[in-house]
Amino acid sequence: MSDSPFLIVLFAIIGGALRVSTPFMFVALGECLTEKSGRVNLGLEGTLVLGAMTAYATSYHTGSPWLGVLAAGFAGVFLGGIHGYVCKLPKVNDIAIGIAMMLFGTGLAFFFGKAYIQPSAPRLGSFSLGEWTGNPQIATALQVNQLLIVGIIVAFVMAWAFANTKWGLIVRMTGDSAPAAKAMGVSVDLVRFLATAAGGFLAGVGGAFLSLFYPGSWNQGLSSGQGLMAVALVIFARWKPLQCVVAALLFGAAGAVGPALQSVGITQGYYFFNAAPYILTLLIMIASAGSKQAMRDVPGELSITK
Amino acid sequence: MANVSEPLSPALIGAAAVRGDLWVRIRRGAEYVAIPLFALAVSSVLFSVFLLALGKSPLEFFELVNRGGFGTAFSIQNTLQRSAPLILTALAVAVPARIGLIMIGGEGALVLGGFVSAVVAIPFVLGHAPPMVTLIVMAAMGTLMGALWVGLAGYLRHARGVNETISSLLLTYIGIAIMNFFVEGSLRDLTNPNKPSTMPIGDAYMVGKIPGTDVHWGLAAGIILAIALHILLSRTTFGFAVRVSGGNARAALAQGLPVGKLIVICCMIAGACAGLAGFFEVTAIQGRANASLVAGYGFTGILVAFLARHNPIAIIPVAIMFGGIVASGGLVQRRMDLPDATVLVLQGLTFVVLLVSETLYGRFKIFQVGGTADRT
Repeated sequence: MSDSPFLIVLFAIIGGALRVSTPFMFVALGECLTEKSGRVNLGLEGTLVLGAMTAYATSYHTGSPWLGVLAAGFAGVFLGGIHGYVCKLPKVNDIAIGIAMMLFGTGLAFFFGKAYIQPSAPRLGSFSLGEWTGNPQIATALQVNQLLIVGIIVAFVMAWAFANTKWGLIVRMTGDSAPAAKAMGVSVDLVRFLATAAGGFLAGVGGAFLSLFYPGSWNQGLSSGQGLMAVALVIFARWKPLQCVVAALLFGAAGAVGPALQSVGITQGYYFFNAAPYILTLLIMIASAGSKQAMRDVPGELSITK
Repeated sequence: MANVSEPLSPALIGAAAVRGDLWVRIRRGAEYVAIPLFALAVSSVLFSVFLLALGKSPLEFFELVNRGGFGTAFSIQNTLQRSAPLILTALAVAVPARIGLIMIGGEGALVLGGFVSAVVAIPFVLGHAPPMVTLIVMAAMGTLMGALWVGLAGYLRHARGVNETISSLLLTYIGIAIMNFFVEGSLRDLTNPNKPSTMPIGDAYMVGKIPGTDVHWGLAAGIILAIALHILLSRTTFGFAVRVSGGNARAALAQGLPVGKLIVICCMIAGACAGLAGFFEVTAIQGRANASLVAGYGFTGILVAFLARHNPIAIIPVAIMFGGIVASGGLVQRRMDLPDATVLVLQGLTFVVLLVSETLYGRFKIFQVGGTADRT
């Protein structure tokens, strides 16, 4: 291994992509599970923020960041559970409830989070994917957190479970045709409730990553739309868990280019790079919405693509 | 599907049978007032429980909101000042809702509308142009910018089937980033070191107050627009075409209605309203474009529109109520030692409860006169 600056920057982008992509990955996987069951939860932006705050506060009080991750997951279950429960009532619109939950979750997080902006909580540890190179700079650049590995494992488990288990089949059937699920004696409402709550858990964990690892602090500007972008990513990923991981990595890379260029002195496009992920998401939505491929893969009960 | 045999809307069937019967219409209409009021009451109770759990007094909270929002002539004028953008951003949600879209891009259209207004004013102000001309150009350009911004989300919906809720929210983030890009970059007023802003337009170019009050003309504009849009949506062929398209797009297409065009027009009207709100924020309050434009009016407007059931006339009182809640935020914060996000929690909670209350429609016999669901 040489010490060429090019390689260092390259590894900085890769490492940055891996770090930035983790919350995207968790939110996208959570939304993927929920949408597979036939429901849309647009409120995951609120879940992400509330998860970040809960994780930070729990870590601060207990001294254990992993307890914080767990608490963030349960904060996600709380919001997801409300969403999952009220959407079963007739005439309640899941997209509108999502907007309301986004405002509610953000409000709760800012309300309780005000006390935790100053104090410093224990963060999650890290390990390096670059130790084998023997180059300390590369080893530092490739610092990642265990949650990245957990997320990838979750994606593989979800992909396997959708294809090979009874539970996976039930979720897919509920998402494709509620009457068919009913005919099989499956409680559509229960499946969707559980899928939304579990999706909320994953999104909450994604929030914990934001406040406890990267960027690694709690403030009100911690997430500005990552949760929403991750929801949009699921359409791009065609409701496939493994493609959610790929899409999240792509977004991580897009998000890591700006800071990486800044670190070598290119600061001109700073505000452009701020807006770039939103523009990229919109372009991806334009490209993937309405395509024949997407129409073939979409869960039949989903209201978002109609 | 969850409800395979969903009956035709009882209101539609009933309306034909009993049209003209005032008493029946009042009982019907009462449902649309009673259920939102009930939802407001439930969310107040839930919020009180929330405050009690934190050891705060709910009575003190509501008393402070009442005093800070409506207690004195000064606080009422402050409330009305804040209701003006809420009326306009709520209209930005209500008009697309009539054609069946959940469009939540009001915040972005407000920010960009205000920003464009402030920018086009610069050459006029430097050239000492007449204030009236300047203001008209500013209003026109701000409104146009808003119309194009939300219209884009409507066009994407129509042409590509892009989900309008997600795209309009993304466009809001993009709009804020665009303003920051210019305000902190090429259009920054370097004489103001404190806060990145565009050049101030100066007192001579500000919109005045409504005579006899301390409230700017934005309130009058909002009320006039609300009435005009109500007439447009309820009393014209255009409004009828919009309602039909919102009810059943396929049937509307079969009737030869230009559904796509109607969608884009509704979204442009919506964006124009929000852009106008931005114009008034710049010319009546801020005097320049900066990050203060991102004040959350667009998001509160969503809640106002839903509470008013997307009825432009009903938006006016609801916006004034929420203007009061927003206006009393500072007082509540100081007196009760609550964070500024308290209002956000209250709004989020109210929104959730309100949407859940949708399920109550048609469940109470007292409101059901003439054709009911059973008769279909």
